[in-house]
Amino acid sequence: MMWIVGSLLFWVLAWWVNMGLSHMPKSRLTSFVVPTLFGITLLILWEGMVRGFEINPVLLPAPSAIGAKFATSIPILWVDFAQTFIKGALSGYAIGCGAAFLTAVAVDRSPFLQRGLLPVGNFVAALPIIGMAPVLVMWFGFDWQSKAAVVVVMVFFPMLVNTVQGMRATDHMQRDLMQTYAASYPQALMKLRLPAAMPFVFNGLKICTTLALIGAIVAEFFGSPIKGMGFRISTEVGRLALDMVWAEIAVAALAGSAFYGCVAMIEKAVTFWHPSQR
Amino acid sequence: MSWFSQKLMPVLVVVLAIFLLWYAGAVGLNSRWAYDKAKRADVTLSFSEMVADTWSQDKPKLPAPHQVAQEIWKTTGAMVLRGKALSKRSLIFHGWITLSATVMGFIMGTTLGILLAVGIVHNRAMDMSVMPWVIASQTIPILAIAPMVIVVLNAVGVSGLLPKAVISMYLSFFPVVVGMVKGLRSPDHMQLDQMRTWYAGQSETFWKLRFPSSMPYLFTSLKIAMAAALVGAIVAELPINQNGGLGARMLVGSYYGQTIQIWSALISAAVLAACLVALIGVLQNVTLKRMGMLR
Repeated sequence: MMWIVGSLLFWVLAWWVNMGLSHMPKSRLTSFVVPTLFGITLLILWEGMVRGFEINPVLLPAPSAIGAKFATSIPILWVDFAQTFIKGALSGYAIGCGAAFLTAVAVDRSPFLQRGLLPVGNFVAALPIIGMAPVLVMWFGFDWQSKAAVVVVMVFFPMLVNTVQGMRATDHMQRDLMQTYAASYPQALMKLRLPAAMPFVFNGLKICTTLALIGAIVAEFFGSPIKGMGFRISTEVGRLALDMVWAEIAVAALAGSAFYGCVAMIEKAVTFWHPSQR
Repeated sequence: MSWFSQKLMPVLVVVLAIFLLWYAGAVGLNSRWAYDKAKRADVTLSFSEMVADTWSQDKPKLPAPHQVAQEIWKTTGAMVLRGKALSKRSLIFHGWITLSATVMGFIMGTTLGILLAVGIVHNRAMDMSVMPWVIASQTIPILAIAPMVIVVLNAVGVSGLLPKAVISMYLSFFPVVVGMVKGLRSPDHMQLDQMRTWYAGQSETFWKLRFPSSMPYLFTSLKIAMAAALVGAIVAELPINQNGGLGARMLVGSYYGQTIQIWSALISAAVLAACLVALIGVLQNVTLKRMGMLR
């Protein structure tokens, strides 16, 4: 009972503080403190509810138990992380996004193909491509290659659509200006079209970060060597060791957010001129 | 005519190219097995025989499009003709299970998304504390915990549609929140001031200005949410073998190497996704036209 009341009290208190903070002038500090406080509140509510209602740890372990498990099984988590994220997701992400980018640049000179690729690409990007996972695992075997293949297929079309759209982002004036400078096609591409496409390209890259991690993990449900985050999640669920599962999820969440954050930081450096970055 | 040559032709060419690639891929991937079989039977295959074989194997690595089409017809249309449209072997049965989970999750996700967006637009504290977490929640590969959500909910006694719908909901609420927040904030200062000069309260401003002007944004995000909800439902069916659904069909297919079955489930899922998104597109057109917002 103590736990429930305590965590609810903390919630009310934190909400009150946040209400106050959010009415202060917006600054770096408040826009960091407010969401952090909210996150901590969620964790404390979770902990309080689990302890207060004595929820079976098989159903929902408390954050503290997950943290403890996380701390004691770092070697396993690291092996899984390397297998799934570095080998599977990252390599697939690089290959898939690279291939999509090159394809988009290659069809750039043919408006005909572009007009054909955009609707088809948009359509395919909305399909449940993740269903290809069992097929690809069958083709490329159980190791990380098949996971990378799933990631390639998943990220290709969203990336393609975004890049093709980006390549069209310049307006007539700008292209005419290039012509008056007597710029050749490669020059115009390098100096005008590609830089102008960058906001779109990074939008695609950001969407693909999440897709890559999802693809790599889900593909492991269909067969994998005895390591990897997806493998660990599905076997530990079978053993009802949910604290380990949650630890893996924490790793996935951290890796996903860090990956997204990295891409967003590179975006900030590359597209510093864009209005949304200022 | 110009619509035909400008819009339809390019798409047709690209689709045709995909089919050609598909057939070529089937030859490339299945030829090994065709040659192996011929070697054991002590016959040498001519090129055309080999190609014919690669397009008609029982368990090919990559089934040719017409094989998949035949399988789909066999498990949908042909079964309807025999009056067994809802038997367990028919794709209509499996598609229906997936569809009901998708729609349920979609409705739950949309409701949650709209409520969150309304809260975020009207409450500064909520805007500052919830919004960053909504965005962060999507950098988490949530599909990865799909199996666990299902196992946990099963253990508490919740089984059937709801666990799958929960995962669909999680995937589909995000685009709705983001789109709706944008949409509800789309009226500019002029319009908001106008509402104030008419002495409109917060709820009147919401119902007469904010909500109507958010419609275009809402429909765009609904399309994304629908596609996401279907993906969620399918993946939710993958981890444990359940009593049906397109995802379960894929899993069973992968256990027994029934590639044609996997592909037919995959294609049906694609068709389902296309129909659902097109349906929302039609709704969007009708609604926006009646509201006079269509250009």
